[in-house]
Formats: sequence, C-alpha cells, structure tokens
Amino acid sequence: MIEFKTETMTLNMGPSHPSTHGVLRLILTLDGELVVDCEPVIGYLHRSIERSGQDLTYWQFLPVLDRFDYLSNLFSEYCYVLAVERIAGIEPPPRAEFIRVLTMEINRITSHLFWLGTFVLDLGATSIIMYAMREREHLFDLLEELTGQRMMYNYIRIGGVSHDVPPGWLDRLRAFLATFRARLAEYEAIVTDNPIFRARVEGIGVLTPDQLWDYGVTGPILRAAGVAWDLRRDEPYAVYDQLDFDVPLGQRGDCLDRYCVRMREMAESARIIEQAVAMLPDGPVKARKIPALYKAPPGEAYVQIEAPRGNMGCYLLSDGSTRPSRVKLRGASFHNLAVLPEAVRGRPLADIMAIFGSLDVIIPEVDR
Amino acid sequence: MTDLAAVVGHGMALTGFVLASVLVLIWLERRLLGLFQIRLGPNRVGLGGLLQPVADALKVLLKEDVTPANVDPILYNVAPVLIFVPGLVVWSLVPFARDWVVVDLRMGLVLAIATSALSSLAILMAGWASNNKYALIGGLRATAQAISYELPLILSTVGVLMLAGTFDLTEIVTRQRVWYVFLQPLAFVIFFICQLAEVNRTPFDIPEAESELVAGYSTEYSGFKFALFFLAEYVNTFLVGALCALLFLGGWQFPFARTLGWDWLNDTQWWAGVPVPLPAVWFLVKVYLVFVVIVWIRATVPRLRADQLMAFAWKGLVPLALLNILLTGLVTPLFKAWGWI
Repeated sequence: MIEFKTETMTLNMGPSHPSTHGVLRLILTLDGELVVDCEPVIGYLHRSIERSGQDLTYWQFLPVLDRFDYLSNLFSEYCYVLAVERIAGIEPPPRAEFIRVLTMEINRITSHLFWLGTFVLDLGATSIIMYAMREREHLFDLLEELTGQRMMYNYIRIGGVSHDVPPGWLDRLRAFLATFRARLAEYEAIVTDNPIFRARVEGIGVLTPDQLWDYGVTGPILRAAGVAWDLRRDEPYAVYDQLDFDVPLGQRGDCLDRYCVRMREMAESARIIEQAVAMLPDGPVKARKIPALYKAPPGEAYVQIEAPRGNMGCYLLSDGSTRPSRVKLRGASFHNLAVLPEAVRGRPLADIMAIFGSLDVIIPEVDR
Repeated sequence: MTDLAAVVGHGMALTGFVLASVLVLIWLERRLLGLFQIRLGPNRVGLGGLLQPVADALKVLLKEDVTPANVDPILYNVAPVLIFVPGLVVWSLVPFARDWVVVDLRMGLVLAIATSALSSLAILMAGWASNNKYALIGGLRATAQAISYELPLILSTVGVLMLAGTFDLTEIVTRQRVWYVFLQPLAFVIFFICQLAEVNRTPFDIPEAESELVAGYSTEYSGFKFALFFLAEYVNTFLVGALCALLFLGGWQFPFARTLGWDWLNDTQWWAGVPVPLPAVWFLVKVYLVFVVIVWIRATVPRLRADQLMAFAWKGLVPLALLNILLTGLVTPLFKAWGWI
C-alpha cells in the first residue's frame, strides 16, 4: 500500500460570494473535497450601531434599529422599546400590545419566507424564491399601508405604536392569511418531498443540544435539535400569554429538521395573527406622549425576545439624560454563526451551503 | 465529387438550421423559466423578446477577449472549438424525415454516442488550461460526471437495439410500429437522465454551479470563446431532444398515422415540384417538447451533490439498466408474437 502524502488546500469563500448572505468571509481548509477547518471572518458590515445608541436620542435611535437585522425590523425595534419601557415603567395600552404582536408575527413570516427562498436557491432550485417573494410582496403591501414603509418600518414607539391600523386593513390581512396556508402547502409539496432536496439536507449538519448550549445558539436551530425553548411561551412578553400556539420541535437537529421547524413556524405565526386580529381590543395605541428629548429615568434593563433567528436581546443603561449611556444588542445570528465550523467539519465542500443556509444567519446582526 | 459537395452543402444548411434553432431555444428557455417563476422573461427586445438572443450574441461578440496569463495556449484555444464541433457532427447523423439526413450511416447510433463523449474531453481541457483552481475542480467534476453516466446511457440504448435490431437511426425510426417509449419505459427514463448528466443540465449542473464555487470550467473565457461554450450547451441539449425523439418517440412519425391509414403524413410531400419534409415538423415538435421538459426540470429541482450524483449513476442507474436489458430479452419474443415490433 503506497502512502500518499497530501496537503490541505486553503480556499477563501470571499466576502463577495453569491451564497454567504451578507458580507461574510469563510477561510476554508480543505483536504480534497472535505472541510478540515472553517474560519468565519466577520466585521465587514460593522456600523457601530451600539455606539450610535449612545450618541442618538431615544427617538433618533428607533430608525437605526430597523437596520440591525434587516429581516426582523419590528423585532429589533420592539426589543429596544421594551427595555426603555421596563426602565421607565411605561405600560402600553392593550390595543398597542396586540398590534405589536400582530405586526411582529407578520415580520416573522416575511423573514422565514426570505430564508426559504434563499436556502432552496443555494441548493439549486431557482423557482421557490420567486414564489416566496410573491408572498412577501403581499405582506409588504399591507405593511406599507400600515406604516408607510416596505421594510424599514420605524413603527413601534415607546409606549405603543406610531398610529392605528387604517380602516379595512384587518380584513385585507385576514384575506391574505386565508390564501397563505394553501400556498405554504404548495411549497411543501414542491420542496419537502423532493428526493434530491432530501438527499442534500437529511442527516447533514447534525448539531446536538450540548454543542448548541456551548455556543449560546437559540431559536429554530435549538428547537430543531429537540430542545423545547421558545421565549414566547417560556418567558412571555407582550400578550403572548393570552394567545394559543404550538412550538414546533425537531428530533435530530439536521438541516431537514431546521427546515421543517421554520416551515411550521410560519403556519403557527399565521395562527397567532388570526387570533390577535380576532381579539384586538379597542382603545388608544399610545400610553402617553413621549417628548422629542425624552429622558428615561436612571436604571438598567435587559430584555430578550424571540426573533425569527433566535433570542434577540437588548441591554439598556440609562443615567437619566436624553441619551442612553449604553446600548448592547444581542444578535442571535452572532451565536448561530459561531457554530458553523463545528457543523461543517468533515463534510464535503458542497454541504457548507446547505448547512449555512439552514442556520439562517444574517450578517448585519452578526456585525452590528 | 458531387457526393462530397452534396454532403458539404447539406452539412452547412444543417449547421445554419441548428444555429438558428439555438437562437429560438435560448428565447424559449428564458421565457419558460420566467413563466415557471411567476415573472416575465425577456420581453423588451423585439416582439415578445424574440430578438433577445440576437442581442445576447451581439453583446458577447463585442466583448473584449481576455486571455489570462499562464494558460496553456493550445488547450485553452482548442477547448471551446472541441466542445462545439462534436455536437454538430452528431447532428449530421440525425434523420429529420426519411432520406432527409446529411450522412446516412448504418452505424449511426454508435458514432453518435462515441462522438458526444468528446465534449467531456473538451471540458477537462478547459478546466486544466485555465490555470485556475476553481476551474480545475469544475472541470474534474464534470469529467467524472460524464464518464459515470456514459455507461448507463449506453446500456439503456441496448434495449432499443434489441427491439430494433439495427444501429441505423433511420431504420430505428421506421421499425417503431409502437413507439419504444411504451415498450421500454425504464430505458427511456434512464436514457433521459443520463443525457441530462452528459450535457450538464440541472439537476446535474454541478460543474456550473455558481452558488458553490462561484466558477466553473468556463470562468476564464470571455468573448467569442465563451459564446462557443454557451452555444455548445444549447446545441447539445437540442441534440438530446433529437435523440430521445428518434430512439423512443417515433422520430418523424405522426401518432396513429399508420392505423388510421394516413400514411401520407409520414412521407415527404411534393408541392409545386419542391420536396417538403412534412414529417420533419412532427419530429421537431417532439424535440421541442423534450426541450420544454428539460427546462421544466431545471426550474423545479435542486441540484445533487457531486458524490451523490456518482453514487446514483453507479449504484442506481447501472443495475437498473442491466435489469432493463434482462426484461427486454424476456419480453421480445412476446412483442414479436403480438406484432408490436
């Protein structure tokens, strides 16, 4: 038996790459087709958002939060606003809370739809992304009617939301949800049972709960590994304790389970929205008028919410002045990305795309 | 001498026809993909976007031909030509109607399969000569894929040969009293899948898969050389349709023409002293239908990983093709007795 001496090859999946969603650099060490090591290099999208939080007033910082994670804008806004409300002891009116939950779940659906389109696109099926974008366009129309913006909403305010829903909006939302379930079933039919798709994702990138706990991974990735942890149910905030919904779980923690968990989460979000629309109470949508140079009372708070990618947190330290003294944002994608090298070690090169797509990492959330 | 002149003349007419069809195919593929993806395809250039391929061709011809440093000069320049020419060679063997074929070979099928294998050599050349890590990986993958799928491809045609008893493509068509897709469904499926792999079409388009290596064997080519790669893919895909139509879909025969007694539909008509190959129309309809199915598959299905692809060929298709040969051997006497072949 002749012993071959082989060398490993260093390959750079550079910052500009069609499939690293955002500006991420992966330094891969390959032995033939197998990945020996994978080192993510981040920071290409660092915009000093946390430092801006110290320089901008509370009103000025709200639009910046939309850009923290560009697919879960309302979640980022809500996280910060919740921290301020916790420090200041402001109770938003019930109608505002229901509207917040409603719009956040719509945002969860749009985020998961985008994930679905790009995940399947990376694997080679080019049509699903167009269908997912079609649903997103319907939702964007609704949200544009509500907030004035397709993506960067700037809608959630300290003490409530910016303004009430326009007349007829709730009916249009209900009409959309009526067709949405059928569309979800269509996508499942095309993708989930496809043998080629199955071969690319089943048993690939298995992550055990121990590995995930080590890195602080939360969200659909953790639930796909079988851990029943969802902040909406386990540490309820807003009005989630009044709503009835299931938390989908996976069994093995492979790419297929992560895919299935997110698909079912979309259906559950639709269910939550329907309940919230039915239970929407009358009343004001703002607790009180917040002045332009609002001064939060001195104090600190750390709040965490269940964003589409996992546990999104905000730590706010206020010293009583018009600007916070420290804003720390915990982005779920930062921790989700950290587990990528573990997941791809020993897999062929082509699996990197399947695994990375299934982790649903958004680089702005990583770099802030 | 006149024979040679006739063949050359017919060959050039065929080349013109194939290249014109490729323009139609490019347009068709892009509009169809748009339809599958709930969007419009190109619809600005010309009526309904029909001049889009012309615009593409002009663009590609006018682009600067950049040759990277340290490429292998001979291989780099030969590869695009070598990938383009075998397709046209095999097209000269394809009969559009009885007696409408450029070169009527008794061993037509053998030469067709052997020549199309040359394209894989061209891909390897392109990958190697480009002096680029990614192109090399792409070229090696493509070659491995092409070699793996050659075997089940040939084995699946053995079933057709057993029924027809000849390698002559014209004879294979005329002997299809019942189209072979009904007598050899398994062979048709295997043949179709293997041909998809030979022309690097989804789900076997790993060599061109942008989302993985951002490159492929044709990265370092620009201008006219790139156009040749692009055109070759369409010529070969068109050829896949033609071979499927000839071997399995009854070639130029109109369905049920013989049973209904409308034999004139399968014969060349003479209108005002000019021979008009009416059967060629049915043939082309079938070829285009196969092409539409190929585009349909492209719009729907994700792509296989390289090792899964090879496992599928060696562990899946080869045994199936052998099984098909066994079954065909068992049922051929039955078919003869029933007058189906």
